[in-house]
Amino acid sequence: MWGILRRSAVDGGGFSASSLRRTRFALVSARSYAAGSKEMTVRDALNSAIDEEMSADPKVFVMGEEVGQYQGAYKITKGLLEKYGPERVYDTPITEAGFTGIGVGAAYAGLKPVVEFMTFNFSMQAIDHIINSAAKSNYMSAGQINVPIVFRGPNGAAAGVGAQHSQCYAAWYASVPGLKVLAPYSAEDARGLLKAAIRDPDPVVFLENELLYGESFPISEEALDSSFCLPIGKAKIEREGKDVTITTFSKMVGFVLKAAEKLAEEGISAEVINLRSIRPLDRATINASVRKTSRLVTVEEGFPQHGVCAEICASVVEESFSYLDAPVERIAGADVPMPYAANLERLALPQVEDIVRAAKRACYRSK
Amino acid sequence: MATSFSATLPLHGSQENRLLLPPIRLAPPPPSFLGSTRSLTVPSSRRLYHAHAARRSPVVGVQEVVKEKKVTNSLLITKEEGLVLYEDMILGRSFEDMCAQMYYRGKMFGFVHLYNGQEAVSTGFIKLLTQSDSVVSTYRDHVHALSKGVSARAVMSELFGKVTGCCRGQGGSMHMFSKEHNMLGGFAFIGEGIPVATGAAFTSKYKREVLKQDCDDVTVAFFGDGTCNNGQFYECLNMAALYKLPIIFVVENNLWAIGMSHLRSTSDPEIWKKGPAFGMPGVHVDGMDVLKVREVAKEAVTRARRGEGPTLVECETYRFRGHSLADPDELRDAAEKAKYAARDPITALKKYLVENKLASEGELKTIEKKIDELVEEAVEFADASPQPGRSQLLENVFADPKGFGIGPDGRYRCEDPKFTEGTAQV
Repeated sequence: MWGILRRSAVDGGGFSASSLRRTRFALVSARSYAAGSKEMTVRDALNSAIDEEMSADPKVFVMGEEVGQYQGAYKITKGLLEKYGPERVYDTPITEAGFTGIGVGAAYAGLKPVVEFMTFNFSMQAIDHIINSAAKSNYMSAGQINVPIVFRGPNGAAAGVGAQHSQCYAAWYASVPGLKVLAPYSAEDARGLLKAAIRDPDPVVFLENELLYGESFPISEEALDSSFCLPIGKAKIEREGKDVTITTFSKMVGFVLKAAEKLAEEGISAEVINLRSIRPLDRATINASVRKTSRLVTVEEGFPQHGVCAEICASVVEESFSYLDAPVERIAGADVPMPYAANLERLALPQVEDIVRAAKRACYRSK
Repeated sequence: MATSFSATLPLHGSQENRLLLPPIRLAPPPPSFLGSTRSLTVPSSRRLYHAHAARRSPVVGVQEVVKEKKVTNSLLITKEEGLVLYEDMILGRSFEDMCAQMYYRGKMFGFVHLYNGQEAVSTGFIKLLTQSDSVVSTYRDHVHALSKGVSARAVMSELFGKVTGCCRGQGGSMHMFSKEHNMLGGFAFIGEGIPVATGAAFTSKYKREVLKQDCDDVTVAFFGDGTCNNGQFYECLNMAALYKLPIIFVVENNLWAIGMSHLRSTSDPEIWKKGPAFGMPGVHVDGMDVLKVREVAKEAVTRARRGEGPTLVECETYRFRGHSLADPDELRDAAEKAKYAARDPITALKKYLVENKLASEGELKTIEKKIDELVEEAVEFADASPQPGRSQLLENVFADPKGFGIGPDGRYRCEDPKFTEGTAQV
């Protein structure tokens, strides 16, 4: 099954009776009818992933601001201090450059740090270490020194937090060779990808989303197993379709799925791809999908210029040009620092209507 | 230089260490700073390097050591140690001089930063370390790598950009890495190496306390006076003292950051003072005297190995050449350069060895000749080595052999049941 998710109302979502009738998946995925499948919030998924990895490997440790006694600024590291003690869960002073560098140095020497940034905006104070000491080290030392570190934290816009706390860093980090950049959406994504990231011998930037932390998703027994792991570099097709391919990642996956519902009502069958991994980008899956549907819409939350969408469009144009029936469509956040006012913030981020409109444009259907 | 010290002052919160290295008070505050010629004339009372300065070392701890030794032997080093130190410094000097030659012949390119004049600091500290101790440095790292044990051939080839270099030509002058010798770089950004060194020291402590391994490795971080105004330096002083990490922060204060004088850029130029502000001893030592540096280093390394935490050591030193080979070096006063040239650490050690009958001129000449041949051979080796192959361009981006989570068998690693075998019963 597609594992289609019904979430508690965040964007006023719920589904109309008409969509219930039309969509096949409603019965399977409507929460109240989900027989036997458990649910888990993204927060719990991340917490359990870190917990299991720390339990399995004593070299894994957590460091960051408020990760210990405060139980995590967003409660992701809840309970870890009590379980593993202050030698493995470090509350650091407010010194991003310093503690990120310490994490990188510890990784050089063989440990596996999980460094938390309270938000990825603060990672800009430490970006020198992420890129120059971590990403480039394996190359500069010709393979002698690898850096098995994970940098994780919330990325992208939250609600009303203003310009300096709302930037999406996917494009910045994904442009650097030597880094792996992951962006989970559901609880299963969060668990599987974080476990894979912690086990990975290279530096991984793990971009979560604050608004998704409280979201519940159904989760399979397989995903709850402590050996569960998802591949890095493979995208997931959340919903199959044949008319237009819509690619996205992180919080926007939810929006796109809603948009796909709306499009289905109008007879457009959209294929939704959850990228999961921004670097390496799963160009194979994207291109195979575009060759099937002939139309592409890419969606992201970050700034439009030089964004992830730009890279996907370029990749599709380079590799599948003759299969395209329409120009590629790109939906990104507005080209402005994030405003504070709630209505302006709504305008600055892609909404379901924007995605629907773009998909229709790609299918040459006017309003 | 003349140093006198007032009564031992307790450092903030660290009175438990009797052999504490007290902050050195320069009394009265001099009109010019250290050997800098930027201010007025040098007071005539200031003593330059003296062959017997060893006995009048400013550091209290060392004086105690020397007093004990006076009973048997009043010298600070044995003959073997002296020859090792001499050879290491000669290697550093000859190597750097050869680098300059090769650069001007076009064999070396890009940024090359030479260490001439500062050899006493590198030799004084690194020759006390074991192979498993780590060293982290800046872009002026050729001599640190050599002292730590990386062969001259490997360093020279790396500078020529050949595949036989220590990083197969992928790092270059500013990025000397060696896992075998625990030389953890070589960083181009100043201040970048300090947190990395702190992390390596953190690992040493973690191994001892969490992994219960027998580990007393220390880390030595080398950086310059300009770095001491950078935020990362203070962040790491704080955390190293907070977590009591086995690290020694060594400031190679050569008074100049390219063309920016230390005095023009720093509100309080006495860097050793910044240690006690964070709860660790701050020591100032004459970095042109390898024996003094070695004594301070011994104390600092012992402290770190015992688990007593970090030390900040400021070494007054000087670089005889410009910041890099592209630096015209116009801003430094000729008088200042001459003053420090007279305090050349190699000449000083030679004088010490000969005057104290530890070695004859002939023996020292033999060492110099041997090193000359070694460096020449390194150049020939580097010349003869091939450049990296084209396929090397895309290698080593990731530790994953094929990158992207794909294992050697071509399948995704996480699909391989063996990959997750290590997961314990949770």
